[in-house]
Amino acid sequence: MEKERTYTLKIWRQPNANMKGAFKTYKVEDISPGTSFLEMLDILNDQLSENGEDPVHFDHDCREGICGMCSLFINGRPHGPDEEITVCQLHMRVFKDGAKITIEPWRANAFPVIKDLVVDRSAFDRIVQAGGFISVNTGAAVDANAIPIQKVNAELAMDAAACIGCGACVAVCKNASAMLFTAAKVSQLALLPQGDIERKERAMKMVAQMDAEGFGACTNTGACSAECPKGIDLSVIARMNREYFTAKVTT
Amino acid sequence: MSLDSKIPDGPLAEKWTKHKFNLKLVNPANKRKYDIIVVGTGLAGASAAASFGELGYNVKAFLYQDSARRAHSIAAQGGINAAKNYTNDGDSVFRLFYDTIKGGDYRSREANVYRLAEVSNNIIDQCVAQGVPFAREYGGLLDNRSFGGAQVSRTFYARGQTGQQLLLGAYSALSRQVAAGKVTLFPRTEMLDVVLVDGKARGIVTRNMITGKVESHSAHVVVLATGGYGNVFFLSTMAMGCNGSAVWRAHKKGAFFGNPSFTQIHPTCIPVHGDQQSKLTLMSESLRNDGRVWVPKTKEIAEKLKAGEMKPTEIPEEDRDYYLERIYPSFGNLVPRDVASRNAKNVCDEGRGVGETGLAVFLDFRDAIDRDGVDVIKAKYGNLFQMYEKIVDDNPYETPMMIYPAIHYTMGGLWVDYNLMTTIPGLYATGECNFSDHGANRLGASALMQGLADGYFVIPYTIGDYLADMPYDKVSTEHPEFQKAEKEVKERIDKLLNINGSKTVDQFHKQLGHIMWEKCGMSRNAQGLKEAIEEIQKLREEYWKDVKVLGVNEELNMTLEKALRVADFMELAELMVNDALDRKESCGGHFREESKTPEGEAKRDDKNFAYVSAWEYQGEGKPEVLHKEELVFENVKLTQRSYK
Ligand SMILES: Cc1cc2nc3c(=O)[nH]c(=O)nc-3n(C[C@H](O)[C@H](O)[C@H](O)COP(=O)(O)OP(=O)(O)OC[C@H]3O[C@@H](n4cnc5c(N)ncnc54)[C@H](O)[C@@H]3O)c2cc1C
Ligand code: FES
Repeated sequence: MEKERTYTLKIWRQPNANMKGAFKTYKVEDISPGTSFLEMLDILNDQLSENGEDPVHFDHDCREGICGMCSLFINGRPHGPDEEITVCQLHMRVFKDGAKITIEPWRANAFPVIKDLVVDRSAFDRIVQAGGFISVNTGAAVDANAIPIQKVNAELAMDAAACIGCGACVAVCKNASAMLFTAAKVSQLALLPQGDIERKERAMKMVAQMDAEGFGACTNTGACSAECPKGIDLSVIARMNREYFTAKVTT
Repeated sequence: MSLDSKIPDGPLAEKWTKHKFNLKLVNPANKRKYDIIVVGTGLAGASAAASFGELGYNVKAFLYQDSARRAHSIAAQGGINAAKNYTNDGDSVFRLFYDTIKGGDYRSREANVYRLAEVSNNIIDQCVAQGVPFAREYGGLLDNRSFGGAQVSRTFYARGQTGQQLLLGAYSALSRQVAAGKVTLFPRTEMLDVVLVDGKARGIVTRNMITGKVESHSAHVVVLATGGYGNVFFLSTMAMGCNGSAVWRAHKKGAFFGNPSFTQIHPTCIPVHGDQQSKLTLMSESLRNDGRVWVPKTKEIAEKLKAGEMKPTEIPEEDRDYYLERIYPSFGNLVPRDVASRNAKNVCDEGRGVGETGLAVFLDFRDAIDRDGVDVIKAKYGNLFQMYEKIVDDNPYETPMMIYPAIHYTMGGLWVDYNLMTTIPGLYATGECNFSDHGANRLGASALMQGLADGYFVIPYTIGDYLADMPYDKVSTEHPEFQKAEKEVKERIDKLLNINGSKTVDQFHKQLGHIMWEKCGMSRNAQGLKEAIEEIQKLREEYWKDVKVLGVNEELNMTLEKALRVADFMELAELMVNDALDRKESCGGHFREESKTPEGEAKRDDKNFAYVSAWEYQGEGKPEVLHKEELVFENVKLTQRSYK
């Protein structure tokens, strides 16, 4: 068995949206390298509870990298120091014994802190509500094989659809832009014949909502895609820009 | 109260069509006069809420996550079944029906399962129209694969993320109705009780998880789509927040609970690594298509492995026991989930398990790699291998994977009739939280199918039949029944916050999980079950005296949320054990050691147990009453499953 490790944690504590927050330092011991990052926080929370201190609140649910709920900014990187994973998939073996780990919430105007490391990402839902769908009622569909779709396009649509809506792209962007998130949905639907009819309107409305939510502008630095746990490609942004500008010119 | 399953008469294939015609309709202009509450926005809830909105009803949808897109349906990997027969390999509605009812070990209703198979094709059409990017072939048409040992290729999939894509499809339909003003979403809101007025479900009591505010919501009808209760076991493949509270509260208000003990244990999960573990990760079942399952032939070799004196790859062929291939020569590594799980437990009980804890078996790709080459295996399972390596820090291309069974799905749930209504008028249950379609064992790729069948194609029809007779009048949340329920919820919260005991909620939850896993898990016997009942009662008593819940109600308080859920698990667990005790036969995922063949295989007892158990709550501390819905099979012949 590998040796157990000790860590110093510097964690953002903030009682609620209206109060000011600050960093607090904690120590955890006897952490085995196979422990996941969130399990390490569970251990810390058990410790805090035993001492009568309020546990550190953080969002999480599936703990297998797909629900997009977990959202921690660790040592300056969303989801921490590993490639193409979410923080719930991060394991303590990547941190050296004795390491100091800084944990912050996503920071963006459009994602206000609710408590500690928990933020409000409902802005993403509203972007989708603005047009991230195909207008088909239940029961109105034709046979699934009636419209063939080129495999390459189906695959590209799937690449874009893999977004888990975690918000890492916003958290890492110096402008707190939501371009990658919005563009992934616009691209997925634009690549499919089913989504073709509403494509202009969709791009216009989703972009307008994105702006209204207070996300920043995109200056093409590419950090979003580099830090995306699902590796959503920057090309979705180029595709959305095309959609958007064609829509603008023709309407 | 007697059970009426409301199964329409007539030939199997005509029941649903006929029934749809006989259902009463609500005039399109009157739909806006009705309010519907939907609790849950997974596949079952989101599809229903969106469809209700499209029909013109006013919908309020509740969920505990921050966004409807995060319901645990998102985690399903493998795929969704449908009887399209696009592959021309002999599939049909009847065959899908037959496989599902047989797979469920003949403990589900013929009529429900047939309807499920019948609407399966509409689901695929609907999802494609929504923009779900299913896998396709080079010709541009949809691809299918065979899943979970099925003899035909009927499973539609979107890479290893089928659940995610289907849920995002339903979520987009839901979002469209939110934009249209027909659906209002209540995220981070937990339902803590149902409210009955004049014997009918008329609303719910919720807690706003950010402000702690306890509130009432009134409607003409309430639909529960709150998913499975596998987290009774503490460790499972469920998300951390999955809970049984909604169904348990409904049960206590009069909804019968169907087959509570029917739990599915999935054979291919990543083994437990220590006592700090919080949840288990599923590795797709498809791995068993190419991986060979084995353990060392002797305990001595297993010990050496554990001590690190030997590596798995150094164990010679003659010292390996490919036990599934040995015991089940015709199905081999592809035996159904329950059989594979039980055998893994057996070999580990014999001391031949591997890994740090001895609770793991190997799943070896060496031969598949030799046969097909690394590239082929990588193309098929690359993602899964990578996920495994991230968690375990072992490279499955070089050393065999380790797997162990884990709790994965609950077939049991609220008892519902053919219309998906519970025994409380006006309270419906859809998706994993009802008991309806999977009998004693669920086949792979059929839960997604059921969730969407219920939500898109069944309940939009059946709910109208009930509403058509309902007056438009709304019930005020000032009504004494709402006030009473709110008061009870607040008292429960206060009580938990004031115990100020010495043990954390998780410590209790782990203990409960341990009892359930050991005594009501993969293998069950009367003595163990009786012990479990006593242990659970004792633990529950201790819980209400000694649990420590910090913080206050009026803020985000995740300990309190958990404490409320665990309190309900403590009660639900006892009912599960009682049900397991009543069912003295072995069937599907329910293995009673007293009921086995001379070779040690599960033995069903159709003469005495071909029924659905429907439990009726009697009040605090009183034994529940068991009602039996006899199952009638007119279209399939009951056979013992054999995979030898
Ligand atoms: C890892 C994994 C892989 C799987 N793979 C497959 C597969 O390949 N094929 C297949 O067919 N099936 C698969 N399944 C099973 C299938 O995913 C589930 O059975 C199905 O998705 C359940 O859907 P649901 O809508 O009933 O519940 P869920 O998706 O669990 O949704 C429950 C909803 O209820 C809400 N909720 C719960 N309790 C409350 C409460 N008290 N108050 C308010 N809201 C509440 C939640 O917020 C959520 O919105 C898999 C399951 C798991 C865990
Ligand atoms: S908890 Fe679901 S992605 Fe991390």
